[in-house]
Amino acid sequence: MSVSPGMATRGRVLVVDDDLALAEMLGIVLRGEGFEPVFCADGAAAVQAFRETQPDVILLDLMLPGMGGIDVCRAIRLESGVPIVMLTAKSDTVDVVVGLESGADDYIVKPFKPKELVARIRARVRRHDDAPTAALTIGDVTIDVVGHTVSRAGRVLALTPLEFDLLVCLARRPGQVFTREVLLQEVWGYRHAADTRLVNVHVQRLRAKIEHDPERPEIVLTVRGVGYKAGPT
Amino acid sequence: MHAALAGPRWARHLWRRSLLLRVTSSTLVLSTVVMMVLGFSLLSRVTNGLLSSKDRIAVGEAAAGLGEAQRLLDAADTGLTTPSASRLVDSVVSALAARAGSPGQFDVLLLSSGDAADAPERGTNLVAVSSVPIELRGAVVSSQRQSWTYSEIRFLDGPGVPGLVVGAPLVVPTVGPYELYYLFPLAQEQDTLDLVRSAVILTGVLLVGLLAVVAWFVTRQVVAPVRAAAQTASRFSAGFLSERVRVKGDDDLARLAASFNDMAASLQRQIKQLEGLSRVQQRFVSDVSHELRTPLTTIRMAADVMFENRAEFDAPTARAAELLQTQLDRFEALLVDLLEISRFDAGAAVLEADHVDVRELVRQAIDRALPLAHRLGTDIRLLDDLVGIGAAIHAGVSFDAAFASARDSAPDDDLRFAVNGDARRINRIVRNLIDNAVEHGGERGVDVEVGCNANAVAVTVRDYGVGLRPGESSLVFNRFWRADPARARTTGGTGLGLSISLEDARLHGGWLEAWGEPGRGACFRLTLPRQVRGQIGESPLLLSPAESGGTAADQHVGSTTRKNAGVEIPSVAESSGRGLSQKGRWGMPHGTDHGVTPRRLDPGRWSTAESGGESPGESRE
Repeated sequence: MSVSPGMATRGRVLVVDDDLALAEMLGIVLRGEGFEPVFCADGAAAVQAFRETQPDVILLDLMLPGMGGIDVCRAIRLESGVPIVMLTAKSDTVDVVVGLESGADDYIVKPFKPKELVARIRARVRRHDDAPTAALTIGDVTIDVVGHTVSRAGRVLALTPLEFDLLVCLARRPGQVFTREVLLQEVWGYRHAADTRLVNVHVQRLRAKIEHDPERPEIVLTVRGVGYKAGPT
Repeated sequence: MHAALAGPRWARHLWRRSLLLRVTSSTLVLSTVVMMVLGFSLLSRVTNGLLSSKDRIAVGEAAAGLGEAQRLLDAADTGLTTPSASRLVDSVVSALAARAGSPGQFDVLLLSSGDAADAPERGTNLVAVSSVPIELRGAVVSSQRQSWTYSEIRFLDGPGVPGLVVGAPLVVPTVGPYELYYLFPLAQEQDTLDLVRSAVILTGVLLVGLLAVVAWFVTRQVVAPVRAAAQTASRFSAGFLSERVRVKGDDDLARLAASFNDMAASLQRQIKQLEGLSRVQQRFVSDVSHELRTPLTTIRMAADVMFENRAEFDAPTARAAELLQTQLDRFEALLVDLLEISRFDAGAAVLEADHVDVRELVRQAIDRALPLAHRLGTDIRLLDDLVGIGAAIHAGVSFDAAFASARDSAPDDDLRFAVNGDARRINRIVRNLIDNAVEHGGERGVDVEVGCNANAVAVTVRDYGVGLRPGESSLVFNRFWRADPARARTTGGTGLGLSISLEDARLHGGWLEAWGEPGRGACFRLTLPRQVRGQIGESPLLLSPAESGGTAADQHVGSTTRKNAGVEIPSVAESSGRGLSQKGRWGMPHGTDHGVTPRRLDPGRWSTAESGGESPGESRE
């Protein structure tokens, strides 16, 4: 990963928002928390800005001039698994689901409190250095926790960091059932009950990448009415 | 009609539904009756006419024959030689037969009415003696006058024919009394009658059939366009707004169709207009939402930064930062509620149905509200298993311990209080009701109860605060309504909570109702169908303590499907159920009434709690 010159920051955050006041305020808060914010006010320029700044997290407004947040998200996902947190003024089901399905890791509804935002961002830039094991296996999938890669039969599966975190969280205690709330806490860093659709959407996406047949999962299993668990190792 | 009523269900249904069938069959029945009366009178008139002329002729002929026979006999009697009795009789009979002519207009029978066994009896054409009925013979002999009757004329060598028998007494000299019978066959008249009858019946049947067909056609001409209009109307109401009736001709039905179409067009126009408005409204709400939220986010973050650093400000500025912070919370809550309400108004609220354990939601809501309740010096009690609690209290256990043990021993069956619904919305309703009760309930606590029956799960939230004045139980659901505008708000509610809750309940097809009396507190009841928009029938829990006493003054608000809005008269089953629960509360062993069946609250429980001013559990003994 890219290392910023001073190594003084906790990470670089690309803020893509056309509202200059909000962007500036976000910058103040992020700087106060030790992050290094970079800004982009135009959707069309967002992908280019991403390539140039190589941020650790992207804060992406859903409504942008030039190119909509959803399209920006898709475009960035094509080339990178960088954590993307969407800023949305709508909590309507459709918008949230579309946002998550376009590749966002998390979303936060305006108006939000600075602490909430920072917790979300921290969860995304957090590194799992508490890993006692170097490698985990579930089914025929091998997870190299240190190297941050997942492979099957020597072939590397491209997961986003969030999908990787989700899989590692389940794989650390195979067979144990995780409720959606627990997963929200462990993987997304929510301290209060939040939108469990986040978990559903990302489990679907994770399955699409690691399962032989996503319709009949063998690695990430659904426990009806409770949550999810990792399949037999 | 009666036949149709007695018929199977579908026949009755068809009868009620089809005007065509009713008109046609009524016509058929009535015309059949009329035709039968007409036919009978016609036939009897024809018969009378035919027979009365025949009778006149026959009686005259018989009288003439009798005179002839008597003359012959008298002549023989005055003659020099007296012929034998048999020859005398023969000669009379043959003479009479000659009068009959060759085809035989009639037959003659000469029968002895004396006791002499050897008295000769004669008849023409092998006519049988049994053709003359005994009654006629008796009448002739006893009256000694001419008598007649209809009878079947039988022959020794062939089939009988209907006929007229005329008899008269005759004295044969030297032999004794005789009876002379004339037998007139009526075969021809019978044939004529048969012909007339069959003609009448045939005509009748044809006429009735024709009438039925005519009635069917005429009714169909009227009914068919009416049916078409009804079908169009139902398709129209099902949402096919461009559906129209075909207008044919210029008659009354065409006018009906034309005005129906005018109405449909006008409705369609208005609906289109409303839909347009709704879309505009939704769009507007969405835009406002976005436009307001972005600056609000900036303000919120700025206020937060100031609030975090308030220690560095002077006192008034620090206080200003604090006020800014708290009022922003309120502003946000208000914005969220307003947007929610306008989503309902625009018809844009979507239900995300899932499996929801209502009791679990209620427990969580209580846990969440308890800190506030304790801060206000009050308490929240969950009464979801009165049977176990009552029994334990009876055994001297404190209410809290009894309640805890009842909760632990209750079967861990989350299907009992499960509904198919939107957890977020149900949670919002329950939280709202509990927050409201805690805020307005005073220090005597809040009782929350969860009940269920086959169709529904209900939650009642009861407080013992100032209550509601008459008429206010419907006003509480109004937007921004306050019981007492002068009273300070402690929790800073937006004033939209109950309105939103009502809409949430309606979205599920459920009810949200309020009851209250000044000084006795208030009770809110949420009743949710097991399936979204399912039938509820009756709520598992009582809304008000007065409801079972028959003086309910509660208002049913939001009960869109409710029929008996108002007083619930206690039925026999209900009162016996109450007796059972009473017993269960005081002395029945554990687990007899485990709440799968709907349980009614005992009105006494309220009044006990009322008068004692304590929690229901503690005031038992």
